[in-house]
Amino acid sequence: MSAPRQSASIRVIGRVYKFGDDINTDVIYPGKYLSITSDREEMAKHCFEAAYPEFLKTAKKDDIIIAGTNFGCGSSREQAATCLKYFGIGAVVAESFARIFYRNAINLALPVIIAPGISQKIDHNDTIEINLETGVIKNMRTNEMIKANKLPSFILKIINDGGLILHLRKKLKIRK
Amino acid sequence: MDLGFCVLGEAMTIAEKILARASGREKVSPNEIVMAQVDVAMSHENADVVLRSFRDIGVKKVWDKEKIVILFDHRIPAESEKTAATHKRLRAFVKEQNIKYFYDMKEGICHQILPEFGHCRPGEVLVGTDSHTTTHGAFGTFATGIGATEMAGVWATGELWLKVPESIKISVSGSFKDYVSAKDLILRIIGELGSDGANYNAVEFHGETIRNMSIASRMVLSNLSMEMGAKVAFIISDEKTVSYVQKNSDKKFEIILPDENAQYIRELNIDITNLESQVACPHSVDNVKSLKEIAGTEIHQALIGSCTNGRLEDLAIAAKILEGKTIHPDIRLLVIPASRRIYLEAIKKGFIEIFVKAGGLVLNPGCGPCLGAHQGLLAPEEVCVATTNRNFKGRMGSPESFVYLASPAIVAASAITGVISEPTEVL
Repeated sequence: MSAPRQSASIRVIGRVYKFGDDINTDVIYPGKYLSITSDREEMAKHCFEAAYPEFLKTAKKDDIIIAGTNFGCGSSREQAATCLKYFGIGAVVAESFARIFYRNAINLALPVIIAPGISQKIDHNDTIEINLETGVIKNMRTNEMIKANKLPSFILKIINDGGLILHLRKKLKIRK
Repeated sequence: MDLGFCVLGEAMTIAEKILARASGREKVSPNEIVMAQVDVAMSHENADVVLRSFRDIGVKKVWDKEKIVILFDHRIPAESEKTAATHKRLRAFVKEQNIKYFYDMKEGICHQILPEFGHCRPGEVLVGTDSHTTTHGAFGTFATGIGATEMAGVWATGELWLKVPESIKISVSGSFKDYVSAKDLILRIIGELGSDGANYNAVEFHGETIRNMSIASRMVLSNLSMEMGAKVAFIISDEKTVSYVQKNSDKKFEIILPDENAQYIRELNIDITNLESQVACPHSVDNVKSLKEIAGTEIHQALIGSCTNGRLEDLAIAAKILEGKTIHPDIRLLVIPASRRIYLEAIKKGFIEIFVKAGGLVLNPGCGPCLGAHQGLLAPEEVCVATTNRNFKGRMGSPESFVYLASPAIVAASAITGVISEPTEVL
């Protein structure tokens, strides 16, 4: 059994793939693929497949998703966070998140950063650098520094441990 | 503390009181993070995703085999070999761990099965790997949806971190007009507040209208509150709550009421006297219009069922409208009772015969096509009017299809006319 991949480093750098408001989890990961329960690489092949088919053609590993308000609303399906993580998305930065997606992403060590006003300051295809510890985002095109909400330290710890599974193994002193 | 007297700062909402108890604290305040002990942990087919993470953690035994509920409802009977394998794997896991509460595919939808089989009690913490777990706030339960890996953590440890939510108080007064119901009310509220209007918040429903509502109608409010982002959505517990819970559960429980001067970030007062039929239009649940504005929209499929509106009172109103009538020849009508118990009651009362005679297809209790897995998906350009809870693009099949959400009365009436219609048009 493979554990979630690499633990997040403090800095995440990537090209921006931009979305609007209210991107729901049915859109991120269509319901017809929910029967895929354990093959995470297979899940990654269906990110945004029905609603934004261009994503699978143009997005690349290490891209960072920038979105508007309420990203990940709707169904609790963890596949919505898993497919992005295993596609190779480096982080999701949004004006706000729906709560279950937000928790799922943290548990899978996919950094999620709340940044009010971010949509106005960053364009599709920009390259940005996020410092997860300070919550500062740098737009490499404009050199603008944007202050996002800092992750609470216990959340940063789960992400740095490589997600909830590895975090719990550490906490429960389970060796594998 | 003196009865009825609370100084500001000590007063708590329902969410705060339950999380204080669940985390062994006297008092908690909004935005604090607490470690909460879980009373009930529910998963449906996605227990298979939970299982994978549970194995990865490496704990051998679940924390409490009597607090975990596993059931099948999302894809029953199995629509694919993959799902059949999921069901098989989970049955084996249930045996391996000796999980006490397992409901195989014969019973129905999780959000109906949990209360029917006595898993919902006031004051407890219930987590489910399903976003509509908010439904159980109708019983005064702190009930919220979580993801699969998080549930694996609960299976292993019995606890999870929760941020104490800020609360919104919604007080409702007045009586519904004929054929206007809880569905119209909650759609109107979602339309007003927006799809993230209650994000991360606890909602409390107060007032005479709520007190007069049946348990089933109250569940509609708590269920759909998820669609404005609510973390939990409580109905103020009363004698109806107590009588329902006692009928189904032997366990002791305590009613939790909010303190009179509890702090709310927002208070809404709604008078429903003039409320008219409401419809959520494609492709978001907060795109709510008065039925009048979109009446006459052509449909291809009408769907009555789901964890929102598949209960006996929903089937009763639909049967009343469809009795002695036949559906429009170009329409298919799908009817899905929320549970086996409801199905049996509907047979006894003659509702099922009415649906079949009218030309409806009655499907086995379960989630049906609501989430786009099977049993009635939509082709491009097709339109469905449904009593379900989501109308996102592609939710029920093709991304080029359209889903309108409405009450059972509206869906039944529309099935007869072939266009979105007021119930009064066909009576």
